[in-house]
Amino acid sequence: MSINLHDVEHVAKLARLLLTDEEKERYTDQLNAILKYADKLNELNTDDVQPTTHVLPIRNVMREDEVRPSLDREHVMKNAPEEEDGQFRVPAVLE
Amino acid sequence: MTPLDYTLAELKQQLSARTLSATELTDAVFARIAATDGTVQAFLTLNEEQARAEARRYDDKYIQGEGLGALAGIPAGIKDNIITEGLRTTCASRFLDNFVPVHDAFVSRKLKEAGVITAGKLNMDEFAMGGSNENSAYQVTRNPWDVERVPGGSSGGSAAAVAAGQVPFSLGSDTGGSIRQPASYCGIVGLKPTYGLVSRFGLVAFASSLDQIGPLTRTVEDSAHVLQAIAGHDTMDSTSANVEIPDYAAALQGDVRGLRIGVPKEYMGEGVDPKVKQAVLDALKTFESLGATWEEVSLPHTEYAVAAYYLLASSEASSNLSRFDGVRYGVRAENPDNLIDLYFKSRSEGFGSEVKRRIMLGTYALSSGYYDAYYLKAQKVRTLIKQDFDQAFQKYDLLIGPTAPTTAFKIGEQINNPLQMYMNDILTIPVSLAGVPAISVPCGMADGLPVGLQIIGKPFDESAVLRAAHLFEQATEHHKLRPQL
Repeated sequence: MSINLHDVEHVAKLARLLLTDEEKERYTDQLNAILKYADKLNELNTDDVQPTTHVLPIRNVMREDEVRPSLDREHVMKNAPEEEDGQFRVPAVLE
Repeated sequence: MTPLDYTLAELKQQLSARTLSATELTDAVFARIAATDGTVQAFLTLNEEQARAEARRYDDKYIQGEGLGALAGIPAGIKDNIITEGLRTTCASRFLDNFVPVHDAFVSRKLKEAGVITAGKLNMDEFAMGGSNENSAYQVTRNPWDVERVPGGSSGGSAAAVAAGQVPFSLGSDTGGSIRQPASYCGIVGLKPTYGLVSRFGLVAFASSLDQIGPLTRTVEDSAHVLQAIAGHDTMDSTSANVEIPDYAAALQGDVRGLRIGVPKEYMGEGVDPKVKQAVLDALKTFESLGATWEEVSLPHTEYAVAAYYLLASSEASSNLSRFDGVRYGVRAENPDNLIDLYFKSRSEGFGSEVKRRIMLGTYALSSGYYDAYYLKAQKVRTLIKQDFDQAFQKYDLLIGPTAPTTAFKIGEQINNPLQMYMNDILTIPVSLAGVPAISVPCGMADGLPVGLQIIGKPFDESAVLRAAHLFEQATEHHKLRPQL
């Protein structure tokens, strides 16, 4: 499979990345080289192979659903780029 | 002899006997950093004032004979993707240029409990993506053995700082070789524990199914002491293993007589520098002289590991890095038109080129219509790679080969060819995919540059890995070599 400029634009949009024309061209070339290399995996027949979801035999980890303290709001807001009334301020979501 | 020439056990003994104070040791650390870091450029942030204050506090405690942690009063450096309360943590990214964590990572807390003083935060490839430190948004750390060359990566700052004698030890993180490869390039000891042995809580996630924190040290015994301090179960990491933690320093005792070593033939073939190969063969002779036996073994799916790894790690990264949106922390772009525009601009301005490339690859591999062909296929190949190791470990106690196919390369030499750069990790990536522990120890020099020997063990058998590495180290002089700076 190969990837074209249009695919790169689509993927960049999904990933919320703005790319310059130069970046789009460079990534098209580089991703094509990487994906071409990844085609190597198709040499292997994996029809009867289970995918690895975890390297260790670990099951779901459960705990009691109890109320516990979390970070206090003042601490959480310390790294906020913009804050108002103890909340993260963002630009308008709807026009 | 300066305080920085001692092992951790010797430092602790001297601190306890009060022939050395934590203040003197901390002064020596910052004097060494001041003298060498203009050249090496290992540190992104120094914690000097706080470290000196803590050193004085430990000196008082030593005088009063209070119960003290195993590493009390010993300074260390921490890779900048491990969060430290109140101390700037950037992941070497512009995106987190102003980020000051409000709590500690599990390992940061464990080091504090052991009495370790944080000297500062160490450079890396941005978000741990890279093998040279050239992907740092701030600076290119230099290899102390040859400042024209890379220290390796992504834990390049952590390796260079230890090799340059700036700190007694450091912590790094390893996703596809990011502790072992820089340890190899810088001539020190780097341990990647079994996946799950050390909690990832507070390690900024790159590829969650692979990431693992571990120590970079000058000796294997030091590695055992640091691992002891940071290993253990943590309810805040759902993949943290609930296993009994052995006494790793005690595990160094004993011998390797009768030990069965497998040498993967794929690790000694084409692409491996003949001088690297020779150093490994010499090391195997040392193991023979210690009473171990070795023979060739095949890990037949080795050649597929890099392709599987880059699809899996990039896919996980694209998901993990979606949290960097400019809303709650990090650098927010100015004057966005609306919320979506804020995401686009903040991410595009905040991330460097390699990070964007991997997000693009991962987003593509996970996107509708391609998931089965890339992500699922890679997960299946990962199973085959893991089975290679399972089978080899039915017959052998340890696997041994080179850590990296070459010694450290020159800065700028591979930066425009991502695939070539990825191949430097060809011998460390399979181990990461299998989740098993491995250590890199110095095993010789090639043209004035260190060569690393990789010793790979069964899951949670760090004791056997450390013991073999320790006995090898005791039988050789490689770890005593120091770069001239």
